[in-house]
Amino acid sequence: MSLTFDDGTFIRSEMQTPLPPPSRNVGVIGWIRQNLFSSITSGVLTLLGIALVAWILPPLVRFLLIDAVWTGNNREACLGAEVGACWPFIKAKFAQLIYGFYPAGQRWRVDLVFLIGVVLLVPLLVLSWPHKRLNSFLFFVAYPILAFILLTGGNISASNFLFGHFGLLRAVAGDAGVAGLQLGFWLDFVVTSALCVAVAYVIGRLATGSGRGAATMTAYVLAGLGIITLLWDVDFGLERVETRQWGGLLVTLVIAVTGIVASMPLGIALALGRRSKMPIVRLLCVIFIEFWRGVPLITVLFFATYMLPLFLPVGVNPDGLLRALVGVALFTAAYIAEVVRGGLQAISKGQYEGAMAMGLTWTQMMRLIILPQALTLVIPGIVNSFISLFKDTTLVLIVSIFDFLGQLRAAFTDPNWATPVTLYTGFAFAGIVYFLFCFGMSRYSLFVERRLNTSHRH
Amino acid sequence: MADWVEPAVKQGRTSFMNDPKVRSIVLQVVALVLVIVLGWMFIDNARENLAAQKIATGFGFLENTAGFGISQTLISYSETSTYGRAFAVGILNTLLVAVIGIFFATIIGFLVGIGRLSKNFVIRLISTCYVELLRNLPPLFQILFWYLAVLSAMPNPRQSISIFGEAFISNRGIVVPRPLFGEGTGLVLWTFGFAVLATVLIGGWSRQRREETGRPFPMLWVGLGLIVGLPLIAMIVTGFPISFEKPELKGFNFVGGVRVIPEFVALTVGLATYTAAFIAENVRAGIKSVSHGQTEAANSLGLRSGYTMRLVVIPQAMRVIIPPLTSQYLNLTKNSSLAVAVGYPDLVAVFAGTTLNQTGQAIEIIAITMGVYLVISIITSVIMNAYNKRVALVER
Repeated sequence: MSLTFDDGTFIRSEMQTPLPPPSRNVGVIGWIRQNLFSSITSGVLTLLGIALVAWILPPLVRFLLIDAVWTGNNREACLGAEVGACWPFIKAKFAQLIYGFYPAGQRWRVDLVFLIGVVLLVPLLVLSWPHKRLNSFLFFVAYPILAFILLTGGNISASNFLFGHFGLLRAVAGDAGVAGLQLGFWLDFVVTSALCVAVAYVIGRLATGSGRGAATMTAYVLAGLGIITLLWDVDFGLERVETRQWGGLLVTLVIAVTGIVASMPLGIALALGRRSKMPIVRLLCVIFIEFWRGVPLITVLFFATYMLPLFLPVGVNPDGLLRALVGVALFTAAYIAEVVRGGLQAISKGQYEGAMAMGLTWTQMMRLIILPQALTLVIPGIVNSFISLFKDTTLVLIVSIFDFLGQLRAAFTDPNWATPVTLYTGFAFAGIVYFLFCFGMSRYSLFVERRLNTSHRH
Repeated sequence: MADWVEPAVKQGRTSFMNDPKVRSIVLQVVALVLVIVLGWMFIDNARENLAAQKIATGFGFLENTAGFGISQTLISYSETSTYGRAFAVGILNTLLVAVIGIFFATIIGFLVGIGRLSKNFVIRLISTCYVELLRNLPPLFQILFWYLAVLSAMPNPRQSISIFGEAFISNRGIVVPRPLFGEGTGLVLWTFGFAVLATVLIGGWSRQRREETGRPFPMLWVGLGLIVGLPLIAMIVTGFPISFEKPELKGFNFVGGVRVIPEFVALTVGLATYTAAFIAENVRAGIKSVSHGQTEAANSLGLRSGYTMRLVVIPQAMRVIIPPLTSQYLNLTKNSSLAVAVGYPDLVAVFAGTTLNQTGQAIEIIAITMGVYLVISIITSVIMNAYNKRVALVER
């Protein structure tokens, strides 16, 4: 233990074992003292807080679970003096809340769309899973096209519309076409595309010395357009379902997902434009972004519903849901642009300079060096935008599109289920659904933020 | 070595097109032309559409008689008033919700934000639950909840909930006493204004003195004394000119007092509590952003904990809190347009709703409505930028 010398002095060779802390400061009592009653004010606040919880929590649990009615076929089951939540009401209205008035026999299509969406989204969200590029392509490009066909039924004869409005050969060949309108359209499409590719080649040749890149790019874009038009024109034998029949969670998700998918490219373009050195481009982007960010979404929806049709050619009257989608996409794009701009600003100047020193063009630099880093950085910001978009979809009920909340409100008016607790049951259910979606997404965004943080810590 | 070979690249043709300046000018001209063409197409289509649907154009409709009633008006308005007057009523109603909502959102937000950093476990837990619950539910859902599930479920006026016998809450809204301004009110109000001005001036002086000499000044007490005391003295001198008219139950409804309509209550409560959740997060982030070294330094200088908070932590936290706080204020103002869902007569409901339905002049009306919100945002951001410039850290 210690070295003792002849004269009685000694030197300790080891530290003395520390005494245990006073029992009042450790264990449950210590925790309570430190966290609940560290001072008089703290103690009073604790008691008030416990009183508040005791006032709210037990009645809530009693209403939702203990006193709740679980079975029944109509309002009779939920009448009574001490009755809690009327869950049979939700059970009876469940299909309406999810699908709206989508025809009952066709609802498997909606289920399929939900299922494919989940199957594609989950691997995209797990950061460590491979094939992100293919996955993003499938989710952001292929999935919307497929979902469109499945949900509307496809066969929208886009070619008729395009042929009627933009057909070059129409003047030459007339409406009859070569062998029916379809063939006429596709002949026209091929000729027009060839012309476009040729023009792109010439411009590319003049601008950069080699027209091959521009021509290939144009050919790809046109081929993509052709494939989409073809897919939307083929009759898959699916029954046509008007968007007026859509509703419930389906519409909520359609608006939120379309809004975010459509606004991503536009938002990235706007962010790049706002950071550009070209004054006019920058000014246009700033005006666009600040305009949409400065107005409430409701006025945007009013704009899309009442004003947009006036700006389109006479006789073109797009579908109500489509109009709302355009408004939502423009509105969200402005917010996404600001999020992406934040990411672009966070990339150090050395990355830009390094890319330029390698002799990359501006497009290559952005595509290969800057955007991959910037977009990864802003995933949390994009998820947060998606959360607010998801919450904002409720606003479409003001322009008579019945989303989840809208269907809930409609369900309240059903006299078969008119009980004193119907309203509270409905709000409780909708609250739980919205909360699970938004809270789940915000946790995910936090998780990504934390993971990105560790990888960047020096 | 003898013959020097010309570089293979020819200088003239490619360099002209590759010149960044030329490229940028070409690109910008293309962008501008595209925008102009698009805009022109829109205008042309709009002209044709308006002609086809026989919709009038111009702002003349603002002087036509509106012919509809509005349930809450801050300025005199009747069915024979003009659309212009209805527009003004709408703006004032929007601003009323915004101001009162911002007031309560700030108070709740700061309390909850500080509560999330509290050492007290129960307070921390309640604050966290508040923030997570409120900001993960759509604001429209919350407003509808307050309107349909809370306020509509209140008892009828005969069984209304009384607050000290002065105010009454029922399903028709809240009735509060109406202040009656008698002779001499002017003097009281003037004194009040003077007291506020004096407080601001003395506050500036005391801050300056503190920064120069380090001597503190009991600003809180002096200010309170001035703002409460002076008008009180004026009231006593003039013999209490301001009295209150109490609401009284007559038959099935209240007579007298001021009735606050339930739509207003639902909207304000919904917006204030929703925005407060976001403000709380800003406040928390702001306080956490001040490094602990600052607190320790202040303690080692011998500052008491109250002073540490007030003179060291909060001024630095405010620098971080204010910018997102203003954007939350702006969000609340924009979200006040949700009024249309519960039928509160704000700008959107009165103007973009009823007036648009009656006149059909979508372009003018939506442009004006959006313009109002844009002006509010621009004014706010100009003030914000000025503030940011003032408080920004001056670095080397």
